[in-house]
Amino acid sequence: MRYIPNSPEERDEMLAVVGLSKAKELFRSIPEDVQLNRALKVTDPLAESEVIAVMEAMSAKNTAATKPSFLGAGVYSHFSPTIVDHLIQRSEFFTSYTPYQPEISQGTLQYIFEFQTLVCQLTGLEVANASMYDGSTAMAEAYLMTQRVTRRDKIVVATSVHPEYREVARTYTQHGTAEIVEIGFDENTGRVGDLSALDDKTAALVVQSPNFFGCVEDLKALADAAHAVGALFVVVVTEAISFGLLKSPGSCGADIVVGEGQSFGIPMGFGGPHLGLFATQEKFVRQMPGRLCGVAYDKNGNRGFVLTLSTREQHIRREKATSNICTNQGLIALAATIYMETMGKKGLQEVATQNIQKAAYAAKQIAALEGFSIPFSAPTFNEFVVRGPRPAAEVLETLRTKNELIGGLALSKYYNGHENDFLVCVTETNSKAQIDNLIDGIKVSMNA
Amino acid sequence: MSNIPENLRYSKDHEWVAVVGDFATIGITDYAQHSLGDVVYIDMPRVGDKLSSHEAFGSVESVKAVSEIFVPIAGEISEVNDGLNDTPEAVNNDPYNAGWMIKIKMDNPLEADAMLSAVEYEEYLEASA
Repeated sequence: MRYIPNSPEERDEMLAVVGLSKAKELFRSIPEDVQLNRALKVTDPLAESEVIAVMEAMSAKNTAATKPSFLGAGVYSHFSPTIVDHLIQRSEFFTSYTPYQPEISQGTLQYIFEFQTLVCQLTGLEVANASMYDGSTAMAEAYLMTQRVTRRDKIVVATSVHPEYREVARTYTQHGTAEIVEIGFDENTGRVGDLSALDDKTAALVVQSPNFFGCVEDLKALADAAHAVGALFVVVVTEAISFGLLKSPGSCGADIVVGEGQSFGIPMGFGGPHLGLFATQEKFVRQMPGRLCGVAYDKNGNRGFVLTLSTREQHIRREKATSNICTNQGLIALAATIYMETMGKKGLQEVATQNIQKAAYAAKQIAALEGFSIPFSAPTFNEFVVRGPRPAAEVLETLRTKNELIGGLALSKYYNGHENDFLVCVTETNSKAQIDNLIDGIKVSMNA
Repeated sequence: MSNIPENLRYSKDHEWVAVVGDFATIGITDYAQHSLGDVVYIDMPRVGDKLSSHEAFGSVESVKAVSEIFVPIAGEISEVNDGLNDTPEAVNNDPYNAGWMIKIKMDNPLEADAMLSAVEYEEYLEASA
């Protein structure tokens, strides 16, 4: 937005036109007691050179994730080929907003269509939207969608779903009619445990796989349990690289798959901007939120791309819209599309294989250390929980200070009774030397 | 000239009603389907939904617009024409037969008597033309 300065004389002139004498009168419809009635507490004006100095000092506080890191938990360190950053910086892509006059932007619609196609292929579902803000808001939208489809309000969500996703979804849906019921996990397997909360009032069973502990869920069995009570089965995926190797949630019976696409060429960036993935079955498409791009042919038979089923969107029918979101993460979705197309099917499988093998090596070595174990028995992808003989926060602090590496996430931040547990993530960006350094550090931390 | 069967009752929102005992079958008129253009989707209520009179029970999406459809009489939905999911064009081709939308069990069958007759509906269309 442009800043348009005006002089006191110009302000008086404008006020006279609308029949007022003071600018304050413009705010008289706002109750007196909620008006600020004082100047904003901001610093005095600065010269351009001073502003630059202030910004440079702030920017110097940034620390890039350059230390070896085994921290995952929803945001993952992956290699992004240079072509991704190079192509998205073309000005046609870099400066454009989501198309509001869409069909004139055929290039934009084409990459959105390709993005949707790729998301369908990975999730094993029939339709995908043009993207949501991030994985957590996509999950919240899935809650609302299952309520619309089933006309039921009870959402059964596993506590092994990312704790921050659950928090966002609670916030997002708090003024609606959703009744959120959390179910726990099995302390031996690390998988979803007791399903007795499912009943004929349940709109959805929501699980994450690989879940927050890295454990791969038995999706087929969970899908059957959800469908047996007429509920929809929603699968959340925070580590999109897992699509490269694991059976697709759609083929296991998922009705909706939501996820985070950050792993596909998007920088970790202190947690954003990231990319929400949203896919479902075609029979539910009219209840799906978000923009949807389709392919069409003109009267001469030329292929073109169009936004379709826009009646679900709020700019057509606000009060009947499926969501108040009628935009998408355009540039980030483009980056993910270029990443997926650059890697291809084989490339993605290769990355996923490296992740699972490196993580398996690390887990095996750590489990062999005296006092340490892998508490959950379920198969894992590139993350796993380690249980130590002392508080995990202390082990991680030792790793940070003595070995100059980030060893993972202490589960006590989110889960009571798991003080000695921490979550370790190993990706293709971790060298064997780094992994060995981690193992060595954990071993030494026993005597720290 | 719109097709306006004599044996039906009509609303000013362009729905028709066929009454048999306590039950009413409801659809949109030939005039309505013609104004909407090619119908591509109908968002329908579910059996068991209770509606008060003049409440929206769904919407008709055509290539031109999306329009709400209103139930002219209060009652409970007893049947829904699921066939329209696959053949929404029936609303255009045969609005009074294959294009029917819902059946309701009326709370008060007398409400139907207060609706427009075929002659009155035709006059209403002419007056608003």
